[in-house]
Amino acid sequence: MSQQTLRIQKISAHSGSIPGEGMQREFTVCKLIDTTTCIGCKACEVACMEWNDLPFGQTVFDNTYQTMPDTRWNYWNLIKFNEHEREDGTLMWLMRKDQCMHCAEPGCLAACPSDGAIIQYTNGIVDFQQEHCIGCGYCITGCPFNIPKFNNETKRVYKCTLCADRVNESLEPACIKSCPTGCLHFGTKDDMRELAEDRAKQLRDHYGFAKAGVYDPPGVGGTGVIYVLHDVTNPEAYGGLPNNPHVPWSVKLWKGPLKWIGNVAMVGGLIGLFVHYLRFGPKTREEEFETKHQGEQP
Amino acid sequence: MTNGWVDMKNTDMMLIMGGNPAENHPCGFKWAIEAKRTRNAKMIVVDPRFTRTAAVADLHCQIRAGSDIAFLGGVIHYAIENNRIAKDYLINFTNAAFIVKPGFQLPGDTDGVFSGFDAKTQTYDKATWNYQGSGTGAGKDAVTNYALGAAAHPPSSGAPPVPPLPAKVDFDLSLQNPNCVFQLLKKHYSRYTPEMVERITGIPKEQFLKAADLYTSIRKDGDMKKASTIIYAVGWTQHSFGTQIIRTAAILQLLLGNVGRAGGGVNALRGHSNIQGATDMAGLFDNLPGYVKVPTPADTSFDSWMKRITPTPSKPAPWDSFNYYSNTPKFAASYLKALYGDAATKQNGWAFDYLPKVDRNYSWVQMWDDMYNGTVKGMLAFGMNGVAIGPNSKKNIDALKKADWLVVGEIYPDETSEFWRSPGITTDEMKNIQTTVYRLPCAGFAEKDGSFTNSARWLLWKNTALPTPGEARLDQAIVAQIFLKVRELYKKDGGKFPDAILNLTWNYSNPSSPPLAEVLKEVNGKALADLEDPATKQQIKAGQQLPGFAWLKDDGTTSCGNWIYSGSFTEAGNQTARRDPSDPSGLGVHPGWGWSWPANRRVLYNRASCDVDGKPWDPTRKQVWWNEGQQRWLGNDVPDFKVDSKPKDHMGPFIMNPEGVGRIFAPLAAFADGPFPEHYEPIESPIDNPLHPQQTNNPVVKRFKTPDDKYGTPKDGYTIVCTTYRLTEMYHYWTKNNPMNVQLVPQPFVEIPAELANDLGITGGEKIKVSSIRGDYIARAMVTKRIKPMMIDGKKVYQIGFPIHQGYRGIVEDEGKDARTLANLLTPTVFDPNAYTPEFKGFLVKVERA
Repeated sequence: MSQQTLRIQKISAHSGSIPGEGMQREFTVCKLIDTTTCIGCKACEVACMEWNDLPFGQTVFDNTYQTMPDTRWNYWNLIKFNEHEREDGTLMWLMRKDQCMHCAEPGCLAACPSDGAIIQYTNGIVDFQQEHCIGCGYCITGCPFNIPKFNNETKRVYKCTLCADRVNESLEPACIKSCPTGCLHFGTKDDMRELAEDRAKQLRDHYGFAKAGVYDPPGVGGTGVIYVLHDVTNPEAYGGLPNNPHVPWSVKLWKGPLKWIGNVAMVGGLIGLFVHYLRFGPKTREEEFETKHQGEQP
Repeated sequence: MTNGWVDMKNTDMMLIMGGNPAENHPCGFKWAIEAKRTRNAKMIVVDPRFTRTAAVADLHCQIRAGSDIAFLGGVIHYAIENNRIAKDYLINFTNAAFIVKPGFQLPGDTDGVFSGFDAKTQTYDKATWNYQGSGTGAGKDAVTNYALGAAAHPPSSGAPPVPPLPAKVDFDLSLQNPNCVFQLLKKHYSRYTPEMVERITGIPKEQFLKAADLYTSIRKDGDMKKASTIIYAVGWTQHSFGTQIIRTAAILQLLLGNVGRAGGGVNALRGHSNIQGATDMAGLFDNLPGYVKVPTPADTSFDSWMKRITPTPSKPAPWDSFNYYSNTPKFAASYLKALYGDAATKQNGWAFDYLPKVDRNYSWVQMWDDMYNGTVKGMLAFGMNGVAIGPNSKKNIDALKKADWLVVGEIYPDETSEFWRSPGITTDEMKNIQTTVYRLPCAGFAEKDGSFTNSARWLLWKNTALPTPGEARLDQAIVAQIFLKVRELYKKDGGKFPDAILNLTWNYSNPSSPPLAEVLKEVNGKALADLEDPATKQQIKAGQQLPGFAWLKDDGTTSCGNWIYSGSFTEAGNQTARRDPSDPSGLGVHPGWGWSWPANRRVLYNRASCDVDGKPWDPTRKQVWWNEGQQRWLGNDVPDFKVDSKPKDHMGPFIMNPEGVGRIFAPLAAFADGPFPEHYEPIESPIDNPLHPQQTNNPVVKRFKTPDDKYGTPKDGYTIVCTTYRLTEMYHYWTKNNPMNVQLVPQPFVEIPAELANDLGITGGEKIKVSSIRGDYIARAMVTKRIKPMMIDGKKVYQIGFPIHQGYRGIVEDEGKDARTLANLLTPTVFDPNAYTPEFKGFLVKVERA
């Protein structure tokens, strides 16, 4: 379900106007994750599970403090632990909270072929609408951060909602609320950017991290989740954070210059449908009923 | 803590050692992070592993478990050598200038022991551990000193009599006298050179010097504005010399002038609620509530008991000493009035005879030994899992096999109540176990009200969140009902000494389940007669709650269950339930949030935050100050001092010591193992003590002698140093029953250095067996770069460690998928001679594939 009081600015595979677009000025929200004060306590993981009522899953010890190798359809918030040796031989234990980055130009939304399955609110939150999801998995291809996860039982895709339901009620996301060290912050993008830059400067000036900086990759138009990193030139060290993420070319081409091919195919499909109608006539009521309920899960 | 959680935000420098607060105290740790964010504070972490705390530290030193005194002693040596000390503070607020008796000898001058050691009894005659001076002061009547610290079996008959402290102490403010405390300190730690620190701790010299330089940098050029804090937890206490590690930290903090100051202090992080409260309420056998020393068989009357435990001032003649413990008789008499009400009279010494007299050690490890040896027949186990806690879980299991009965109050089936089917016990063996086990369902923490006392000494009231499920009962209801039954039996059948039971006050509105608010009121204390304060003319009517411990009397007109908690539940109501977050000073005092002992004071010894004239060392962090106009001490915090004592009278800020000053040298019976801390090796160590190979271990520590008490050596193949710890994802042995926690940490694991894994051909995730001479622990290998091999005294030594949270009952355990061993099957039965804490850290093991 979309959040009725949050305004929408982008809808997947939607032609035509967006209801209510531009009616109100809204701030872009942003989550700031300061990896330099994260202690990897996993309170955010638990808060995410609890708030979103996600079912428990099996985990297996895997030579790490990390709960599981990657986020799952029912585990949207995962701290990635990485032992990292610096050039001077000193060790760092990097901890990065991984979740949907809520890109300004979301690859998932661009790739999605189902009208309304992925929407972006004017506050920047990218939200999956599972009732419109057709389970094609294109969003998974479209995401440069490997976030959307497919549920084999429901045949739909899930991810962090930035607690759109809480934000809708003027609350911070559950992960932010639970963070004991205050390494997580939530506010407008402008404010978070400023806070992040200040912290990065402090790290450069007082803590000897000459390359400290803010991760807010332009390749996806900036993100609704930004990181302060000890070394912004090496985000890969933080559990595979891409250095220069961008929406895959295939998706860009498909939804951009090559979109007409799809349109042609769609028109072709419609013609085919019309021909089919001419030849076989309309469906009976029973057939219609069966078709309608086939795809639904109890 | 001398200070508090919130106060950490005021610090400029943190030394975190023997604790992993990011892991175990993540919520309180926010204030350490706050100091970094707002003050550019630096954080040094010294730990056997690169921990979650180390991940946000500015410097991490990997130390060998059990070598902390060597490290801290090295920092003391560095601070003195580089003149990074707080000279004025040291001279005026500590006993640095006091002259010590000429017969006193340091371990560097002998064979590694202090003067007065008797090798046969493994005890010290402490006559030389005293100040030079004249007049008789504290402890003027020599009484038999029961060696409560000794692991006595059979009971010890008592140690040599305690000599007195002199009333007038000789001193030298120039600190030049070779026998003054400062010179002795300097001499003692001159042996702790960076090279020696490296040999013992395994921390490379350059890295140690970096840490020492950084930590002492706050006193560069004698500047007194900055403050640094030392933060520790059970990584310090759980050694056979744990108390002395903390002593070393206290000495360092006194040397740097950090005690009593915002952002300073020596700060113990208590493991879980309500440990601080348990300690305050006489969790240890040698205390009564409020740390009043227990009577021993040598105390024949209330007066003789008071004479022994009430100190008299011992100080340089021109100085003043408040000697607050001179009020001990008021605390003790009021306590007895709270226990026995009208049955406690002046004639019967406030029912002194009803109090048990403690003749020897009854501490945790000793108690299990006594059960093993058949003198303890039964056990009530509430709020703890004794078998899993250990140490030496097998010994505890074997002890329970010999007990007649065991009552366990728990919310889950636990290892203790099911000791009789612990792994390895065969069905035939089970048939021979005759112990009757009662398992009572108790209330969980959310199902009870009451107060928690946190590490910062803050009492915080909590409300009941949920009703108790099913047949579960509140702990206090179970205890009360047992008491009422026992009392009934005494009433009916009499007994050897029924008075102490029959006369106990039990004035609760619901005797079979005393409401905890009523208990707190009783603990706070009330007036038993109309009282008037002669100075302020303030009056209290009989029956009214006392405003604080200053009102306590030794004439039977007040009752109080615990003097340090007096003020927590006054006529104004339950002070621990207050929730006013305001903080006018911005120093994190929050005077209206809960209530902290003593007297709602947030930083102890805060008089020391000012110079001799009563002016704050740092005007930007004003805690208390002398107001010349009002002739009083005022403050943002409650002054920890006699409020009208003029600075020129030179009263010492450490009012709980008879000297009035901080003890760099701890005289006489203060500690069982020495007036200065000396590095001794853990009972199981990979090396001989490099300081004195002929005296490797703490000389007063005794070993236990049952067949279950075995101690390993490198010669037996146990060459790897092992330590145990906890995880943020888990809570003790509880959360293995919660699917959420189990999802976060599904299986037990052992952290081993990549190099060791390589040597043994072990890959990450593989099942391995860690064995000490006492038992095996089977878990998955976590191969990590976060523990490195070390060079200890020229030898390559590996160090490993593992969390303690799993056992043989729990979600994963019951599925039978993984090993069902307890971490504490490996740990040795040995304890610290002062606090009786077992040595869970730093024992020897070997590792192989399982």
